Amino acid sequence: MKVLVAVKRVVDYNVKVRVKSDNSGVDIANVKMSMNPFDEIAIEEAVRLKEKGVATEVIAVSCGVTQCQETLRTAMAIGADRAILVETAAELQPLAVAKLLKALIDKEQPGLVILGKQAIDDDCNQTGQMLAALADLPQATFASKLEAADGKLKVTREVDGGLETILVSLPAIVTADLRLNEPRYVTLPNIMKAKKKQLDVFKPEDLGVNVAAGIKTVKVSEPPKRSAGIKVPDVATLVAKLKTEAKVI
Amino acid sequence: MTILVIAEHDNATIKGATLNTVTAALQCGSDVHVLVAGANAAAAAAAAAQIAGVAKVLHADAEGLAHGLAENVTALILSVAKNYSHILFPATASGKNIAPRLAAKLDVGQISDITKVDSPDTFERPIYAGNAIATVQSSDAIKIITVRGTGFDAAAASGGSAAVETLAAVAASDKASFLGSEIAKNDRPELTAAKVIVAGGRALGSAEKFTELLTPLADKLGAAIGASRAAVDAGYAPNDWQIGQTGKIVAPQLYIAAGISGAIQHLAGMKDSKVIVAINKDPEAPIFSVADYGLEADLFAAVPELTAAL
Repeated sequence: MKVLVAVKRVVDYNVKVRVKSDNSGVDIANVKMSMNPFDEIAIEEAVRLKEKGVATEVIAVSCGVTQCQETLRTAMAIGADRAILVETAAELQPLAVAKLLKALIDKEQPGLVILGKQAIDDDCNQTGQMLAALADLPQATFASKLEAADGKLKVTREVDGGLETILVSLPAIVTADLRLNEPRYVTLPNIMKAKKKQLDVFKPEDLGVNVAAGIKTVKVSEPPKRSAGIKVPDVATLVAKLKTEAKVI
Repeated sequence: MTILVIAEHDNATIKGATLNTVTAALQCGSDVHVLVAGANAAAAAAAAAQIAGVAKVLHADAEGLAHGLAENVTALILSVAKNYSHILFPATASGKNIAPRLAAKLDVGQISDITKVDSPDTFERPIYAGNAIATVQSSDAIKIITVRGTGFDAAAASGGSAAVETLAAVAASDKASFLGSEIAKNDRPELTAAKVIVAGGRALGSAEKFTELLTPLADKLGAAIGASRAAVDAGYAPNDWQIGQTGKIVAPQLYIAAGISGAIQHLAGMKDSKVIVAINKDPEAPIFSVADYGLEADLFAAVPELTAAL
Protein backbone atom coordinates (compact mmCIF):
# COMPACT_ATOMS: atom_id res chain seq x y z
CA MET A 1 0.00 0.00 0.00
CA LYS A 2 1.04 3.60 -0.55
CA VAL A 3 1.81 5.66 2.54
CA LEU A 4 1.42 9.42 2.31
CA VAL A 5 3.33 11.52 4.85
CA ALA A 6 2.72 15.23 5.35
CA VAL A 7 5.70 17.32 6.45
CA LYS A 8 5.96 20.96 7.45
CA ARG A 9 8.84 23.40 7.21
CA VAL A 10 9.08 25.22 10.55
CA VAL A 11 11.49 27.30 12.60
CA ASP A 12 14.15 24.92 13.94
CA TYR A 13 13.34 23.62 17.43
CA ASN A 14 16.56 25.06 18.89
CA VAL A 15 15.69 28.62 17.94
CA LYS A 16 14.13 30.81 20.60
CA VAL A 17 11.93 33.12 18.56
CA ARG A 18 11.40 36.80 19.22
CA VAL A 19 8.20 38.75 18.76
CA LYS A 20 8.46 41.61 16.27
CA SER A 21 8.33 45.06 17.87
CA ASP A 22 5.21 45.96 15.88
CA ASN A 23 3.42 42.85 17.26
CA SER A 24 2.57 41.70 13.74
CA GLY A 25 4.19 38.34 14.22
CA VAL A 26 7.32 36.48 15.13
CA ASP A 27 10.64 37.42 13.54
CA ILE A 28 11.67 34.52 11.33
CA ALA A 29 13.85 36.38 8.84
CA ASN A 30 17.23 34.61 8.55
CA VAL A 31 16.23 32.09 11.18
CA LYS A 32 17.15 28.43 10.66
CA MET A 33 14.25 26.38 9.26
CA SER A 34 13.93 22.61 9.53
CA MET A 35 11.43 19.80 9.12
CA ASN A 36 8.97 19.74 12.04
CA PRO A 37 10.45 17.14 14.45
CA PHE A 38 7.20 15.15 14.67
CA ASP A 39 7.10 14.97 10.86
CA GLU A 40 10.60 13.47 10.79
CA ILE A 41 9.27 10.76 13.05
CA ALA A 42 6.31 10.31 10.66
CA ILE A 43 8.59 9.90 7.62
CA GLU A 44 10.85 7.50 9.54
CA GLU A 45 7.85 5.34 10.46
CA ALA A 46 6.66 5.22 6.85
CA VAL A 47 10.12 4.27 5.63
CA ARG A 48 10.30 1.50 8.25
CA LEU A 49 6.90 0.20 7.03
CA LYS A 50 8.36 0.05 3.54
CA GLU A 51 11.46 -1.76 4.80
CA LYS A 52 9.15 -4.28 6.50
CA GLY A 53 7.27 -4.85 3.26
CA VAL A 54 4.04 -3.36 4.60
CA ALA A 55 4.23 -0.20 2.46
CA THR A 56 5.04 -0.23 -1.24
CA GLU A 57 5.70 3.47 -1.75
CA VAL A 58 6.21 6.47 0.54
CA ILE A 59 5.12 9.85 -0.79
CA ALA A 60 6.08 13.01 1.12
CA VAL A 61 3.82 16.05 0.84
CA SER A 62 4.28 19.62 1.96
CA CYS A 63 2.19 22.77 1.54
CA GLY A 64 3.69 26.24 1.49
CA VAL A 65 6.38 28.38 -0.03
CA THR A 66 8.82 27.17 -2.66
CA GLN A 67 11.56 26.58 -0.04
CA CYS A 68 9.49 23.67 1.25
CA GLN A 69 11.19 21.76 -1.55
CA GLU A 70 14.25 21.57 0.74
CA THR A 71 12.14 19.91 3.41
CA LEU A 72 10.80 17.46 0.83
CA ARG A 73 14.35 16.63 -0.33
CA THR A 74 15.18 15.84 3.30
CA ALA A 75 12.13 13.57 3.47
CA MET A 76 13.35 11.79 0.35
CA ALA A 77 16.84 11.52 1.85
CA ILE A 78 15.31 9.75 4.85
CA GLY A 79 13.69 7.37 2.37
CA ALA A 80 10.50 8.75 0.82
CA ASP A 81 10.24 7.66 -2.83
CA ARG A 82 8.80 10.84 -4.27
CA ALA A 83 7.36 14.14 -3.14
CA ILE A 84 4.59 16.63 -3.83
CA LEU A 85 4.68 20.34 -3.02
CA VAL A 86 1.44 22.31 -2.98
CA GLU A 87 2.96 25.69 -3.52
CA THR A 88 1.39 28.86 -2.15
CA ALA A 89 2.53 31.97 -0.32
CA ALA A 90 -0.84 32.29 1.39
CA GLU A 91 -1.10 31.76 5.14
CA LEU A 92 -2.25 28.17 5.53
CA GLN A 93 -4.27 27.13 8.55
CA PRO A 94 -4.83 23.50 9.49
CA LEU A 95 -8.27 23.28 7.85
CA ALA A 96 -6.87 24.50 4.53
CA VAL A 97 -3.94 22.07 4.74
CA ALA A 98 -6.39 19.26 5.55
CA LYS A 99 -8.42 20.16 2.46
CA LEU A 100 -5.30 20.14 0.27
CA LEU A 101 -4.24 16.77 1.69
CA LYS A 102 -7.77 15.40 1.13
CA ALA A 103 -7.52 16.35 -2.55
CA LEU A 104 -4.19 14.55 -2.73
CA ILE A 105 -5.43 11.41 -1.03
CA ASP A 106 -8.33 11.35 -3.50
CA LYS A 107 -5.71 11.39 -6.28
CA GLU A 108 -3.15 9.02 -4.76
CA GLN A 109 -5.43 6.65 -2.79
CA PRO A 110 -2.91 5.78 -0.07
CA GLY A 111 -3.68 3.01 2.42
CA LEU A 112 -2.27 5.07 5.28
CA VAL A 113 -1.50 8.72 5.96
CA ILE A 114 0.94 9.68 8.71
CA LEU A 115 1.39 13.21 10.01
CA GLY A 116 3.30 14.64 12.94
CA LYS A 117 0.99 15.23 15.90
CA GLN A 118 1.66 18.97 16.04
CA ALA A 119 3.76 21.62 14.37
CA ILE A 120 6.12 23.31 16.80
CA ASP A 121 5.42 26.76 15.34
CA ASP A 122 1.66 27.12 15.69
CA ASP A 123 1.30 24.24 18.21
CA CYS A 124 -2.19 23.55 16.81
CA ASN A 125 -2.33 19.72 16.81
CA GLN A 126 -5.28 19.66 14.36
CA THR A 127 -4.35 18.77 10.79
CA GLY A 128 -4.40 14.96 11.07
CA GLN A 129 -7.73 14.93 12.88
CA MET A 130 -9.24 17.35 10.35
CA LEU A 131 -8.04 15.28 7.41
CA ALA A 132 -9.59 12.18 8.98
CA ALA A 133 -12.90 14.05 9.30
CA LEU A 134 -12.88 15.33 5.70
CA ALA A 135 -12.01 11.88 4.35
CA ASP A 136 -14.40 10.15 6.79
CA LEU A 137 -11.57 7.90 7.92
CA PRO A 138 -10.64 6.63 11.39
CA GLN A 139 -7.92 8.51 13.26
CA ALA A 140 -5.18 7.26 15.58
CA THR A 141 -3.51 10.28 17.14
CA PHE A 142 -0.45 10.59 19.41
CA ALA A 143 0.79 7.20 18.23
CA SER A 144 3.73 5.64 20.04
CA LYS A 145 3.53 2.24 18.33
CA LEU A 146 2.05 0.92 15.07
CA GLU A 147 1.41 -2.73 14.26
CA ALA A 148 -0.15 -3.74 10.96
CA ALA A 149 -2.45 -6.78 11.34
CA ASP A 150 -4.83 -8.28 8.74
CA GLY A 151 -5.61 -5.10 6.86
CA LYS A 152 -6.04 -3.15 10.09
CA LEU A 153 -3.70 -1.12 12.25
CA LYS A 154 -3.22 -1.63 15.97
CA VAL A 155 -2.07 1.67 17.42
CA THR A 156 -0.79 2.39 20.92
CA ARG A 157 -1.48 6.02 21.82
CA GLU A 158 0.02 8.22 24.52
CA VAL A 159 -2.86 9.71 26.50
CA ASP A 160 -3.10 11.74 29.70
CA GLY A 161 -3.14 8.81 32.12
CA GLY A 162 -0.72 6.51 30.30
CA LEU A 163 -1.26 4.44 27.17
CA GLU A 164 -4.26 3.14 25.27
CA THR A 165 -4.49 0.80 22.29
CA ILE A 166 -7.05 1.05 19.50
CA LEU A 167 -7.69 -0.85 16.30
CA VAL A 168 -8.46 1.09 13.12
CA SER A 169 -9.39 -0.17 9.68
CA LEU A 170 -7.36 0.97 6.68
CA PRO A 171 -7.17 3.47 5.16
CA ALA A 172 -6.56 5.48 8.32
CA ILE A 173 -4.92 8.70 9.49
CA VAL A 174 -2.17 8.39 12.12
CA THR A 175 -0.42 11.25 13.92
CA ALA A 176 3.05 10.54 15.29
CA ASP A 177 4.06 11.27 18.86
CA LEU A 178 7.62 11.67 20.20
CA ARG A 179 8.34 8.07 21.06
CA LEU A 180 7.01 6.37 17.91
CA ASN A 181 10.59 5.98 16.73
CA GLU A 182 13.99 7.66 16.62
CA PRO A 183 14.60 9.02 13.10
CA ARG A 184 17.74 7.86 11.33
CA TYR A 185 20.57 10.23 10.49
CA VAL A 186 20.44 11.30 6.87
CA THR A 187 23.53 10.09 5.02
CA LEU A 188 25.33 12.00 2.28
CA PRO A 189 24.74 9.33 -0.39
CA ASN A 190 21.00 9.47 0.39
CA ILE A 191 21.00 13.26 0.20
CA MET A 192 22.55 13.00 -3.28
CA LYS A 193 20.03 10.34 -4.38
CA ALA A 194 17.18 12.50 -3.08
CA LYS A 195 18.14 15.32 -5.45
CA LYS A 196 17.16 13.08 -8.36
CA LYS A 197 13.89 11.77 -6.97
CA GLN A 198 10.59 12.99 -8.43
CA LEU A 199 9.11 16.17 -6.92
CA ASP A 200 5.81 17.44 -8.38
CA VAL A 201 4.48 20.93 -7.75
CA PHE A 202 0.79 21.86 -7.68
CA LYS A 203 -1.08 25.03 -6.77
CA PRO A 204 -4.14 24.99 -4.52
CA GLU A 205 -6.30 25.98 -7.51
CA ASP A 206 -5.09 22.87 -9.39
CA LEU A 207 -6.59 20.80 -6.59
CA GLY A 208 -9.79 22.83 -6.48
CA VAL A 209 -9.19 24.00 -2.91
CA ASN A 210 -9.96 27.42 -1.49
CA VAL A 211 -7.43 28.09 1.26
CA ALA A 212 -9.11 31.15 2.77
CA ALA A 213 -9.22 31.02 6.57
CA GLY A 214 -11.93 31.85 9.06
CA ILE A 215 -9.47 32.67 11.83
CA LYS A 216 -7.19 35.67 11.65
CA THR A 217 -4.30 36.65 13.86
CA VAL A 218 -4.98 40.09 15.26
CA LYS A 219 -1.65 40.47 17.01
CA VAL A 220 1.28 38.56 18.45
CA SER A 221 2.64 39.59 21.85
CA GLU A 222 5.42 38.67 24.19
CA PRO A 223 4.45 36.38 27.01
CA PRO A 224 4.46 37.81 30.54
CA LYS A 225 8.03 38.09 31.80
CA ARG A 226 9.12 36.50 35.00
CA SER A 227 11.15 38.72 37.31
CA ALA A 228 14.73 37.57 37.77
CA GLY A 229 15.36 35.01 40.46
CA ILE A 230 18.25 34.50 42.85
CA LYS A 231 20.74 31.77 43.53
CA VAL A 232 20.66 30.33 47.04
CA PRO A 233 23.86 28.99 48.63
CA ASP A 234 22.42 25.92 50.35
CA VAL A 235 19.32 23.87 51.14
CA ALA A 236 18.74 25.61 54.48
CA THR A 237 18.51 29.00 52.78
CA LEU A 238 16.21 27.56 50.11
CA VAL A 239 13.82 26.16 52.70
CA ALA A 240 13.82 29.43 54.64
CA LYS A 241 13.06 31.44 51.49
CA LEU A 242 10.27 29.08 50.43
CA LYS A 243 8.69 29.36 53.89
CA THR A 244 9.03 33.04 54.70
CA GLU A 245 9.52 34.83 51.40
CA ALA A 246 7.62 32.81 48.79
CA LYS A 247 5.26 31.30 51.38
CA VAL A 248 4.63 28.19 49.33
CA ILE A 249 5.48 25.64 52.03
CA MET B 1 -25.37 32.52 22.35
CA THR B 2 -25.25 29.12 23.97
CA ILE B 3 -22.00 27.39 24.74
CA LEU B 4 -21.51 23.63 24.97
CA VAL B 5 -18.71 22.23 27.15
CA ILE B 6 -17.67 18.66 26.43
CA ALA B 7 -17.00 17.13 29.83
CA GLU B 8 -13.87 15.18 30.65
CA HIS B 9 -14.97 12.40 33.00
CA ASP B 10 -14.54 8.75 33.97
CA ASN B 11 -18.26 7.93 33.95
CA ALA B 12 -18.36 8.23 37.75
CA THR B 13 -16.95 11.69 38.36
CA ILE B 14 -16.21 14.89 36.46
CA LYS B 15 -12.51 15.62 35.97
CA GLY B 16 -11.07 18.94 37.13
CA ALA B 17 -10.23 20.09 33.61
CA THR B 18 -13.96 20.37 32.91
CA LEU B 19 -14.33 23.00 35.64
CA ASN B 20 -11.67 25.28 34.13
CA THR B 21 -13.36 24.87 30.76
CA VAL B 22 -16.74 25.89 32.24
CA THR B 23 -15.10 29.11 33.48
CA ALA B 24 -13.85 29.83 29.96
CA ALA B 25 -17.32 29.06 28.60
CA LEU B 26 -18.95 31.51 31.03
CA GLN B 27 -16.58 34.18 29.71
CA CYS B 28 -17.96 33.56 26.22
CA GLY B 29 -21.62 33.71 27.24
CA SER B 30 -23.93 33.05 30.15
CA ASP B 31 -25.92 30.09 28.76
CA VAL B 32 -23.61 27.12 29.28
CA HIS B 33 -24.50 23.47 28.74
CA VAL B 34 -22.33 20.46 29.50
CA LEU B 35 -22.29 17.23 27.47
CA VAL B 36 -21.43 14.00 29.28
CA ALA B 37 -20.90 11.22 26.74
CA GLY B 38 -19.99 7.83 28.16
CA ALA B 39 -21.23 4.42 29.22
CA ASN B 40 -23.14 4.08 32.52
CA ALA B 41 -22.26 7.70 33.09
CA ALA B 42 -25.31 8.81 35.07
CA ALA B 43 -23.17 9.65 38.10
CA ALA B 44 -20.90 11.87 36.04
CA ALA B 45 -23.93 13.57 34.50
CA ALA B 46 -25.38 14.20 37.96
CA ALA B 47 -22.05 15.69 39.08
CA ALA B 48 -21.96 17.93 36.00
CA ALA B 49 -25.40 19.23 36.91
CA GLN B 50 -23.99 20.59 40.15
CA ILE B 51 -21.26 22.71 38.58
CA ALA B 52 -21.90 26.37 39.35
CA GLY B 53 -23.06 28.29 36.29
CA VAL B 54 -24.18 25.32 34.21
CA ALA B 55 -27.73 25.66 32.86
CA LYS B 56 -28.26 22.21 31.37
CA VAL B 57 -26.53 18.83 31.13
CA LEU B 58 -26.89 16.55 28.10
CA HIS B 59 -26.20 12.91 28.91
CA ALA B 60 -25.58 10.36 26.17
CA ASP B 61 -24.89 6.77 27.10
CA ALA B 62 -23.72 4.01 24.74
CA GLU B 63 -21.16 1.23 24.53
CA GLY B 64 -19.47 3.04 21.64
CA LEU B 65 -18.92 6.09 23.87
CA ALA B 66 -17.33 4.10 26.69
CA HIS B 67 -13.75 4.94 25.72
CA GLY B 68 -14.14 8.29 24.04
CA LEU B 69 -13.38 7.15 20.48
CA ALA B 70 -13.16 10.30 18.36
CA GLU B 71 -15.31 8.91 15.54
CA ASN B 72 -18.22 8.19 17.89
CA VAL B 73 -18.04 11.26 20.12
CA THR B 74 -17.77 13.53 17.07
CA ALA B 75 -20.84 11.97 15.48
CA LEU B 76 -22.74 12.48 18.73
CA ILE B 77 -21.80 16.15 19.07
CA LEU B 78 -22.72 16.75 15.42
CA SER B 79 -26.29 15.77 16.29
CA VAL B 80 -26.62 18.89 18.48
CA ALA B 81 -23.88 21.22 17.19
CA LYS B 82 -26.27 23.52 15.32
CA ASN B 83 -27.77 24.64 18.65
CA TYR B 84 -24.52 26.17 19.83
CA SER B 85 -22.38 29.21 19.09
CA HIS B 86 -19.30 27.75 20.77
CA ILE B 87 -18.22 24.20 21.63
CA LEU B 88 -15.41 24.03 24.19
CA PHE B 89 -13.25 21.05 25.12
CA PRO B 90 -10.58 20.90 27.84
CA ALA B 91 -7.18 20.75 26.10
CA THR B 92 -6.62 17.21 27.30
CA ALA B 93 -5.56 14.27 25.12
CA SER B 94 -9.25 13.55 24.60
CA GLY B 95 -10.22 17.15 23.79
CA LYS B 96 -7.31 17.57 21.41
CA ASN B 97 -8.20 14.33 19.69
CA ILE B 98 -11.85 15.18 19.09
CA ALA B 99 -12.18 18.97 18.69
CA PRO B 100 -10.40 19.25 15.31
CA ARG B 101 -12.35 16.32 13.86
CA LEU B 102 -15.58 18.03 14.90
CA ALA B 103 -14.46 21.38 13.47
CA ALA B 104 -13.59 19.91 10.07
CA LYS B 105 -16.93 18.07 9.92
CA LEU B 106 -18.55 21.48 10.46
CA ASP B 107 -16.18 23.05 7.89
CA VAL B 108 -14.83 25.55 10.40
CA GLY B 109 -11.41 26.22 11.91
CA GLN B 110 -10.48 25.21 15.42
CA ILE B 111 -8.67 27.27 18.05
CA SER B 112 -6.28 25.23 20.20
CA ASP B 113 -5.23 25.75 23.79
CA ILE B 114 -6.74 29.16 24.57
CA THR B 115 -5.41 30.89 27.67
CA LYS B 116 -7.72 33.92 27.63
CA VAL B 117 -11.11 34.96 26.29
CA ASP B 118 -10.92 38.58 25.10
CA SER B 119 -14.44 38.52 23.65
CA PRO B 120 -16.81 35.86 22.32
CA ASP B 121 -14.88 35.81 19.03
CA THR B 122 -11.35 36.75 20.12
CA PHE B 123 -8.98 34.55 22.11
CA GLU B 124 -5.34 34.37 23.18
CA ARG B 125 -3.24 31.27 22.70
CA PRO B 126 0.45 30.41 23.02
CA ILE B 127 2.53 29.66 19.92
CA TYR B 128 6.21 28.76 19.40
CA ALA B 129 6.35 26.79 22.66
CA GLY B 130 4.84 29.72 24.56
CA ASN B 131 7.52 32.17 23.41
CA ALA B 132 4.80 34.25 21.79
CA ILE B 133 1.10 34.79 22.48
CA ALA B 134 -1.21 35.08 19.48
CA THR B 135 -4.51 36.94 19.71
CA VAL B 136 -6.83 35.37 17.17
CA GLN B 137 -10.28 36.32 15.97
CA SER B 138 -12.69 33.85 14.42
CA SER B 139 -15.39 34.72 11.90
CA ASP B 140 -16.65 31.13 11.77
CA ALA B 141 -20.34 30.62 12.53
CA ILE B 142 -19.46 28.23 15.32
CA LYS B 143 -16.28 28.42 17.38
CA ILE B 144 -14.65 25.09 18.24
CA ILE B 145 -12.08 25.59 20.97
CA THR B 146 -9.80 23.64 23.28
CA VAL B 147 -9.12 25.32 26.61
CA ARG B 148 -5.79 25.29 28.45
CA GLY B 149 -6.75 24.49 32.05
CA THR B 150 -4.00 26.58 33.61
CA GLY B 151 -5.43 29.70 31.93
CA PHE B 152 -8.70 29.70 33.85
CA ASP B 153 -9.77 29.19 37.45
CA ALA B 154 -11.93 26.16 38.15
CA ALA B 155 -15.67 26.81 38.41
CA ALA B 156 -17.14 25.64 41.72
CA ALA B 157 -18.06 21.97 41.57
CA SER B 158 -21.23 22.54 43.56
CA GLY B 159 -23.86 25.20 43.79
CA GLY B 160 -25.43 24.49 40.42
CA SER B 161 -28.66 22.58 39.85
CA ALA B 162 -29.04 22.03 36.15
CA ALA B 163 -31.56 19.73 34.53
CA VAL B 164 -30.13 16.55 33.00
CA GLU B 165 -31.50 15.71 29.57
CA THR B 166 -30.96 12.39 27.83
CA LEU B 167 -29.37 12.67 24.42
CA ALA B 168 -29.84 9.80 22.00
CA ALA B 169 -26.58 8.10 21.08
CA VAL B 170 -25.75 7.68 17.41
CA ALA B 171 -24.52 4.50 15.73
CA ALA B 172 -20.91 3.63 16.53
CA SER B 173 -18.31 3.65 13.77
CA ASP B 174 -17.16 0.26 12.52
CA LYS B 175 -13.78 1.72 11.54
CA ALA B 176 -12.31 2.07 15.02
CA SER B 177 -12.46 0.07 18.23
CA PHE B 178 -10.87 0.23 21.67
CA LEU B 179 -8.58 -2.67 22.60
CA GLY B 180 -7.20 -1.75 26.02
CA SER B 181 -5.30 0.72 28.14
CA GLU B 182 -2.55 0.98 30.72
CA ILE B 183 -3.56 3.83 32.95
CA ALA B 184 -1.50 4.26 36.10
CA LYS B 185 -3.39 4.71 39.35
CA ASN B 186 -1.84 6.50 42.27
CA ASP B 187 -2.81 8.70 45.17
CA ARG B 188 -0.89 11.70 44.00
CA PRO B 189 -2.71 14.77 42.73
CA GLU B 190 -3.09 15.00 38.95
CA LEU B 191 -0.19 16.90 37.42
CA THR B 192 -2.37 19.49 35.69
CA ALA B 193 -4.18 20.34 38.94
CA ALA B 194 -1.41 19.83 41.54
CA LYS B 195 -0.40 22.72 43.79
CA VAL B 196 3.13 21.40 44.13
CA ILE B 197 5.14 19.47 41.56
CA VAL B 198 8.51 17.80 41.90
CA ALA B 199 10.05 17.04 38.50
CA GLY B 200 13.18 15.15 37.53
CA GLY B 201 15.40 15.14 34.49
CA ARG B 202 17.87 12.82 32.84
CA ALA B 203 20.50 13.59 35.49
CA LEU B 204 18.65 11.23 37.85
CA GLY B 205 20.38 8.50 35.87
CA SER B 206 18.00 5.56 36.32
CA ALA B 207 14.37 4.69 37.01
CA GLU B 208 15.38 3.46 40.50
CA LYS B 209 17.16 6.68 41.41
CA PHE B 210 14.33 8.73 39.93
CA THR B 211 11.83 7.06 42.24
CA GLU B 212 14.21 6.79 45.20
CA LEU B 213 15.10 10.49 45.27
CA LEU B 214 11.89 12.16 44.20
CA THR B 215 9.19 10.07 45.88
CA PRO B 216 10.10 11.00 49.49
CA LEU B 217 10.32 14.67 48.52
CA ALA B 218 6.96 14.52 46.74
CA ASP B 219 5.44 12.70 49.73
CA LYS B 220 6.64 15.40 52.16
CA LEU B 221 5.13 18.11 49.96
CA GLY B 222 1.96 16.28 48.90
CA ALA B 223 3.22 16.83 45.40
CA ALA B 224 2.66 15.31 42.00
CA ILE B 225 5.74 13.97 40.21
CA GLY B 226 6.68 15.10 36.71
CA ALA B 227 9.54 14.48 34.32
CA SER B 228 11.40 16.02 31.42
CA ARG B 229 11.16 14.43 27.97
CA ALA B 230 14.74 13.16 28.31
CA ALA B 231 13.88 11.30 31.51
CA VAL B 232 10.82 9.70 29.90
CA ASP B 233 12.69 8.76 26.72
CA ALA B 234 15.38 7.13 28.89
CA GLY B 235 12.71 5.09 30.66
CA TYR B 236 13.10 6.73 34.09
CA ALA B 237 9.47 7.89 34.19
CA PRO B 238 6.25 6.96 32.39
CA ASN B 239 5.05 9.05 29.44
CA ASP B 240 2.15 10.58 31.35
CA TRP B 241 4.62 12.32 33.69
CA GLN B 242 6.17 14.33 30.85
CA ILE B 243 5.89 18.10 31.26
CA GLY B 244 6.51 20.28 28.23
CA GLN B 245 5.40 21.77 24.93
CA THR B 246 3.80 18.55 23.79
CA GLY B 247 3.26 16.94 27.19
CA LYS B 248 1.47 18.22 30.25
CA ILE B 249 1.12 21.97 30.76
CA VAL B 250 1.29 22.83 34.46
CA ALA B 251 1.18 25.97 36.59
CA PRO B 252 1.46 24.91 40.24
CA GLN B 253 2.16 27.17 43.20
CA LEU B 254 5.56 25.49 43.52
CA TYR B 255 7.59 23.68 40.87
CA ILE B 256 10.86 22.01 41.88
CA ALA B 257 13.03 20.96 38.94
CA ALA B 258 15.81 18.55 39.89
CA GLY B 259 18.43 17.74 37.29
CA ILE B 260 16.45 19.35 34.47
CA SER B 261 18.49 21.52 32.12
CA GLY B 262 15.54 23.64 31.01
CA ALA B 263 15.24 23.17 27.25
CA ILE B 264 12.80 25.53 25.48
CA GLN B 265 10.33 22.68 25.09
CA HIS B 266 10.34 21.88 28.82
CA LEU B 267 9.96 25.52 29.87
CA ALA B 268 6.89 25.73 27.64
CA GLY B 269 5.17 23.31 29.98
CA MET B 270 5.99 24.91 33.34
CA LYS B 271 7.08 28.54 33.03
CA ASP B 272 3.75 29.83 34.33
CA SER B 273 4.34 28.17 37.71
CA LYS B 274 4.07 30.66 40.56
CA VAL B 275 7.39 29.77 42.20
CA ILE B 276 10.11 27.80 40.41
CA VAL B 277 13.03 26.15 42.20
CA ALA B 278 15.87 24.66 40.17
CA ILE B 279 18.48 22.24 41.51
CA ASN B 280 21.23 21.60 39.00
CA LYS B 281 24.99 21.32 39.20
CA ASP B 282 25.48 23.14 35.89
CA PRO B 283 25.51 26.90 36.57
CA GLU B 284 24.78 27.58 32.89
CA ALA B 285 21.64 25.44 32.77
CA PRO B 286 18.85 27.45 31.07
CA ILE B 287 16.43 26.42 33.84
CA PHE B 288 18.09 29.02 36.10
CA SER B 289 16.80 31.77 33.80
CA VAL B 290 13.22 31.04 34.90
CA ALA B 291 13.93 29.91 38.46
CA ASP B 292 12.98 32.16 41.35
CA TYR B 293 15.40 30.22 43.52
CA GLY B 294 18.34 28.42 41.97
CA LEU B 295 20.48 25.98 43.90
CA GLU B 296 23.71 25.07 42.16
CA ALA B 297 24.34 21.69 43.72
CA ASP B 298 24.56 17.98 43.06
CA LEU B 299 20.96 16.78 43.23
CA PHE B 300 22.01 13.43 44.75
CA ALA B 301 23.05 15.35 47.88
CA ALA B 302 20.68 18.31 47.69
CA VAL B 303 17.37 16.47 47.14
CA PRO B 304 17.68 14.15 50.18
CA GLU B 305 18.89 17.14 52.21
CA LEU B 306 15.83 19.12 51.13
CA THR B 307 13.51 16.20 51.94
CA ALA B 308 15.03 15.92 55.41
CA ALA B 309 14.78 19.67 56.05
CA LEU B 310 11.04 19.83 55.35
